[in-house]
Amino acid sequence: MNPFEYSPALESTAIVEIAERYNLFIDGKFVTPKSGKYFPTINPANEKVLAKIADANATDVDLAVGAARAAYSKVWSKMPAAERGKYLFRIARILQERAREFAVLETLDNGKPIRESRDTDIPLAAAHFFYHAGWADKLQYAGVGIQPRPYGVVGQIIPWNFPMLMLAWKVAPALATGNTVVLKPAETTSLTALLFAEVCQQAELPNGVVNIVTGAGVTGADIVNHPGIDKIAFTGSTEVGKLIATSIAGTKKSATLELGGKAANIIFEDAAIDEAVEGIVNGIFFNQGHVCCAGSRLLIQENIHDEVIEKLKVRMAHIRLGNPLDKNTDIGAINSAAQLAKIRELVTAGGAEGAEQWSAPCEIPGEGFWFAPTIFTGVSQTHRIAREEIFGPVLSVLTFRTPQEAVEKANNTPYGLSAGVWSEKGSKILWTASRLRAGVIWANTFNKFDPASPFGGYKESGWGREGGRHGLTAYLKASN
Amino acid sequence: MIAVPANRIDVLKTYKLFIGGAFPRSESGRVYSIKDSKGNHLANPSLASRKDLRDAVVAARGAFAGWSAATAYNRGQILYRMAELLEGRSAQLVAELMALEGSTKKLATDQVKESVDLLVWYAGWSDKISTIAGSTNPVSGPYYNFSTPEPIGVVAIFADAKPSLLNFVGAVAGVCVSGNTAVVIAAEPFPLPAITFAEIMATSDLPAGVINVLTGSSSELAPWTASHMDIDAIDASGLTPKQLKEAQIAGAANLKRIRVHTDAKTPERILNYMETKTVWHPIGI
Amino acid sequence: MIIDASEGSLKSFLKTLPQVDEVGVHARAAMLGTRSIKTTSKAWAIDMAISMMDLTTLEGADTPGKVRAICAKAVRPDATDLSIPSVGAVCVYNDMVGVARRTLDQIGGSSIPVAAVATAFPSGRASYAVKAQDTMDAINAGAAEIDMVIDRGAFLSGRYGEVFAEIVKIKELCGDKAHLKVILETGELVTLDNVRKASYLAMLAGADFIKTSTGKVVPAASAPVVYVMLEAVRDYYSMTQTRIGVKPAGGIRTTKDAIKQLVLVNEVAGPEWLSPRLFRIGASALLNDLLLQRMKMRDGYYASPAYVTLD
Repeated sequence: MNPFEYSPALESTAIVEIAERYNLFIDGKFVTPKSGKYFPTINPANEKVLAKIADANATDVDLAVGAARAAYSKVWSKMPAAERGKYLFRIARILQERAREFAVLETLDNGKPIRESRDTDIPLAAAHFFYHAGWADKLQYAGVGIQPRPYGVVGQIIPWNFPMLMLAWKVAPALATGNTVVLKPAETTSLTALLFAEVCQQAELPNGVVNIVTGAGVTGADIVNHPGIDKIAFTGSTEVGKLIATSIAGTKKSATLELGGKAANIIFEDAAIDEAVEGIVNGIFFNQGHVCCAGSRLLIQENIHDEVIEKLKVRMAHIRLGNPLDKNTDIGAINSAAQLAKIRELVTAGGAEGAEQWSAPCEIPGEGFWFAPTIFTGVSQTHRIAREEIFGPVLSVLTFRTPQEAVEKANNTPYGLSAGVWSEKGSKILWTASRLRAGVIWANTFNKFDPASPFGGYKESGWGREGGRHGLTAYLKASN
Repeated sequence: MIAVPANRIDVLKTYKLFIGGAFPRSESGRVYSIKDSKGNHLANPSLASRKDLRDAVVAARGAFAGWSAATAYNRGQILYRMAELLEGRSAQLVAELMALEGSTKKLATDQVKESVDLLVWYAGWSDKISTIAGSTNPVSGPYYNFSTPEPIGVVAIFADAKPSLLNFVGAVAGVCVSGNTAVVIAAEPFPLPAITFAEIMATSDLPAGVINVLTGSSSELAPWTASHMDIDAIDASGLTPKQLKEAQIAGAANLKRIRVHTDAKTPERILNYMETKTVWHPIGI
Repeated sequence: MIIDASEGSLKSFLKTLPQVDEVGVHARAAMLGTRSIKTTSKAWAIDMAISMMDLTTLEGADTPGKVRAICAKAVRPDATDLSIPSVGAVCVYNDMVGVARRTLDQIGGSSIPVAAVATAFPSGRASYAVKAQDTMDAINAGAAEIDMVIDRGAFLSGRYGEVFAEIVKIKELCGDKAHLKVILETGELVTLDNVRKASYLAMLAGADFIKTSTGKVVPAASAPVVYVMLEAVRDYYSMTQTRIGVKPAGGIRTTKDAIKQLVLVNEVAGPEWLSPRLFRIGASALLNDLLLQRMKMRDGYYASPAYVTLD
């Protein structure tokens, strides 16, 4: 028994007011859905209903697209770029002002630890608006000709793992480049997007520039298939990404897709071992492992395997799983029952295929959806847990003998979103980084994000980049 | 004293495929007839099959590691070498284009000259495209962060029709200068300059398999190309809108990047077949 | 692995230590700095921090009067509340050891050890004979703990054998009379790689504690430095089954600072190190802040510095 058990340190929820029911945000106003339907959203940490969310149907989507089109042609595309930028600056500032409110709401709706929503999601979301605000009047320098043009109305569909941050990744560049937006948050995590609608009102953003329609996959399909949409931006599973690619075939719609991954995290024998262990933990257990770029395939040089695993287990024993509102929580709740079931299925498969499971000793709360941080050793490339995205706090550990073998194994996947490499030898870092077929390489670090840094995948991890100049160009057409 | 019989019979060229640096016939044994602009038979190029496509992709994939790892300077020199050889073969290509496309000697000559110049233009991009499209990114934290474009892998090219040499050269040079390898399906009615150009490639220090040329039916090969899981991208400029749509649907299976170009001379032809890689590294002591 | 006192064996051993990624350590230490320690755990931490304190005065202006005053505070930090534990030790220059020892014994603090800084503290720039005499003076006057400084010049020029040999010799002088704390003066070693190397060098040479700083050089006990030293004692334990103590000193002034140190101990070395036997905090002003926070927790309202004694 540790005498220094940290007492509960709960973030207060008094700062957020959650309505009983949320409507759609179309043309600057909250409107009841034509569908007349609402669905519940729950707190995954206790399974209690937080609110009812409007379920938009095709008519609702049509209204939102119409509002976005009108705002595009009448207001947003005609506004001087510098003025457009100022709205984004305003939004960035309001997000900073209301940061704690957003963080608490995010944690309630998503289940992620308050430390992460407070220190990562919301500050980064604000930073994305601030960064892109400055681009608005400098688009002629973005490398797509001297008079780049927006697409028009962009349909944006975002996932549940970083609800507010993904909204910022999508909305900020779209608005900075002069597009208007119809955005659909994930059905389990709509609340911060709806709070963002309030921010748009406070910023006096012209009506219709941002429209938020809530709903499930069907609503997303309505957006993708709407003829008034000029461009799709989607973050989510590779499976849905392929459906979108199929849906827009033969149309003039373009798409950016940020999809799944099965990132290798390569630990060479000459790594800074202790920081590598931190990187492993951060790589797979950040945000409950609900991260498309998570370092879910650990590749350890065989001659240091035992040492690394021993240190990893010691470190994992310190991971604090529990109430996401507790400021000392490291691992919060799994976002939904469905996701938990998926994690369990793959973990069962891992055991059945002969890999050895070890889970950190932590107490699992009685209600809510939880999964203890888990590693599988003795995994080989043929195992399902080495190939399929688990999207949970589950790490598959493999070994390699030479740098060549590490790279071969790392690249041996249809995905190509991210990868990690740990070595204190500079030339080996560059050698490895240049051979890894992935869009983001974290060398001696992992899971770092920044609005100035392009993010996006090779191969089946997606199309295009988000962030930086490269991400900006995804929302611009060349002037010819 | 050289004496040529007045009734000498010309030795005609057999137009074959170009796969992995060799000139095989189609494994199917099929050919199709190409007519000149007046409708007279010109040649019987191979009618490539899906298995020829498969072999070409294997050759292209095999060549990718080496070609993409070659220095940009080296790739630029090889493309420039191809331009030199193309200049030297001008007369042959002018004659071919006149017969095939029915163009005047002036137009055909101009097309060849422009093709030479286009190759030189792309050759020069090899060691500049990363400078233009790459960046260091000022992230908020103690990290060095840089983005650089990298070749995407194996690209299938459906070359656009007339001007057939120029389109072929522009597409191939844009795709390959960055380190990609290619399988080109020559424009169905105008395949001869592509095969003649393959003879240039075969003698220009271009590693075997970097560029592979198939002749035959686009409508037959497009579905196999679009669904081939080891092709990373398609330049679909030569496909019809209907073929394009079908290719986009089939290509979604591995999220192929499928592009269509109108300009022969644009850095987009290079960048559309590159992926941006971003690398983070801490800055510390 | 054969490590003897030879330069060669020490060099090759230190080369086997993994390097430290500075940015990674800073990030992890900063994250642990966000731990929010409330209510019961805070009360526990405050008392633990008090009992871990090496209450220190190391001034040129130190007098017997000053030393007697801190001794009184060391035994009963707040005479109005006897539930407050005594501190871990009183730390003084060697000429003040006698007065400190006598005072403590007179006022009921015989269980509180006197620690003396030694070996030409703080610079360590003197002959070995001087350093040995310095140490012996302190031990003879009743010091139960010797806080020696390493020869940073020798360390930085790669003469690890000299650094090692000096620690071994001072350890021999300490014998069973005094515990040896080895001050690395990490502010002069600069890099975390050096901190790790120096930590191992000291542990291998027989240190009972490794200590960050003299308090005379800035930066001193920064969280990343303490983090790396705690990793070193953790890993040394798994190599040798021997637990070495850690003492951060310098710059720890507030309760928040002290609790952050305890969080580092808890989550890096492990809870086994949460004891004055294995963790000390070298400080002076810190004690009053701990007392103020303790009053606030006890009374439920904010305390005034007028109610804690200035000694």
